[in-house]
Amino acid sequence: MRTRLLLGAVGVLAGAFGALRFLQLDFPDIVNAVLWLAGGVALHDAVIAPLTVGLTVLATRVVPEEWRTRVTVALIVLVTVTVTAIPVLGRFGARPDNPTILPRDYLAGWLVFAAVVAVCTLLARPVSQRLHGGRRKRVSRSPG
Amino acid sequence: MVRGAHDVKRPPLPTEASFTSPLRDERLTARIGTWLGIAFGLCFLTGLLSHWYYLYDAPFFPPVRPVWGYRVTQGVHVLSGTAAIPLLLVKLWSVYPKLFGEVPVGHLRALAINLAEKASIAVLVAASIFELVTGLANSAQWYPWSFSFRPTHYAVAWIAIGSLIVHIAVKLPIIRGAYAAPLPEPDAESSGLLLEPRVEPGGQEASNPLPGQPRRGPSRRTILRTAFLASGVAVLAAAGNTVPFLRRISVFAVRTGEGPQGVPINRSAQAAGVTSSVTDTTFRLTLAHGDKEVTLSRADLEAMTQRTHHLPIACVEGWSASATWTGVRLSELLGLVDAPTDANVKVRSLQKRGAFGVTEIPASFAQDSLTLLALKLNGDDLTLDHGFPCRLIAPNRPGVFQTKWVTRMEVLA
Repeated sequence: MRTRLLLGAVGVLAGAFGALRFLQLDFPDIVNAVLWLAGGVALHDAVIAPLTVGLTVLATRVVPEEWRTRVTVALIVLVTVTVTAIPVLGRFGARPDNPTILPRDYLAGWLVFAAVVAVCTLLARPVSQRLHGGRRKRVSRSPG
Repeated sequence: MVRGAHDVKRPPLPTEASFTSPLRDERLTARIGTWLGIAFGLCFLTGLLSHWYYLYDAPFFPPVRPVWGYRVTQGVHVLSGTAAIPLLLVKLWSVYPKLFGEVPVGHLRALAINLAEKASIAVLVAASIFELVTGLANSAQWYPWSFSFRPTHYAVAWIAIGSLIVHIAVKLPIIRGAYAAPLPEPDAESSGLLLEPRVEPGGQEASNPLPGQPRRGPSRRTILRTAFLASGVAVLAAAGNTVPFLRRISVFAVRTGEGPQGVPINRSAQAAGVTSSVTDTTFRLTLAHGDKEVTLSRADLEAMTQRTHHLPIACVEGWSASATWTGVRLSELLGLVDAPTDANVKVRSLQKRGAFGVTEIPASFAQDSLTLLALKLNGDDLTLDHGFPCRLIAPNRPGVFQTKWVTRMEVLA
């Protein structure tokens, strides 16, 4: 309990310091930053999370059972990594006077990435089946 | 009686029990949380370090060695933030049902505790998402907000890390319990034996196509490993920004390490409002120390002893590149106006737009033997975008302080 109280106190102090710095910002900056703070939570809790739940429910109906693990793994990797690529895929920071910013073809990069995920998902099936076969044998040998 | 619109049955709001996936479990949440916490800690510490590099009034300044110091710490800062994004998304997924947890309306004390915890979680989640979103966008030079990035990102970083520490303190017994709880056998889990039958929203068990057989699907262990995999892939896809041997495979890197004269450019001459009218003949560099002033043309600078050093340029956005710089040692230039070796130096650029047109170089960096007022980059005269006629290049400093288009240096003594 002492550890928790101490930890909690440290956290409150650090957070209070941050809040103080935050309140020292220019007022229009504070208003805009509060919008972005609230917007991030709203976007996750009201849009991203319900969509994920909905798509998961849908996927459990559509995707055959033996594919579920692979499809889940593939979608988690594909979607979360794509989120990290939103700024480059949108090329929002591109400037006509500076071609060294965002010099790649990011859409082509994303297609390659998505293709690698898809190929791994397809190849994982036989590999995983072989592993499962091995496991079943082991499970059946073990005493009940 | 006519049925009013309000009598129409609306689907009820979900409750915590509506979410039935056995994958959402404290054992999974605690483990992802641990790694997310490590990523946040690393990101916070390297962020503090970067903030220190930007301070003019620090009681002491960052060291001049290693020359690649800021390159590594800022690379770690941006990449640990990138690594945290998939982890945070999976972590939030694993605890999402708690958002719909029952609020104890009847008991005042329980209600207060419940609301306080909800508020602290809201602060933690808001600050975490804010830091990752603003940091990610900034690394790609995208500024879709109107607030000033650096002080805001810094203030919210303290709020995020503070509320994270409070969160750990609150959840410590649960975390301990989650790590102490037995884990299923890997074999049993990965073949789906662990999974309880899914319960439909109506409360009935979902029909199992093979009664008596376990349902197949990903195990918690698989979700955990997938979160790590996604995090690793996100890092690999971005790391070419700063890690030379990953430049080819990092398909989402904002920079490729390439550019005119083999080095990327952060702010072009056009963006800085520096026109090509800066030519060999009209340019003069002024060195000032009190009443003493020395004015040098580029030819004068070329006539001085030229030195060549291999130094990285490392920017706050997380990209970096090594290059060979040739020019005059800054300490020898400052010697022309008898600058004391413990004096900081104010550096003025010809740039008319954008921040850091006037910067200050601490004495330790100004006097370092590797710090140059560079005239050449990778063997050729600097191009205008790289800071022609002359620019600063010092070891272990953020890129914005490697001032381009230097026109005046004032010794602060």
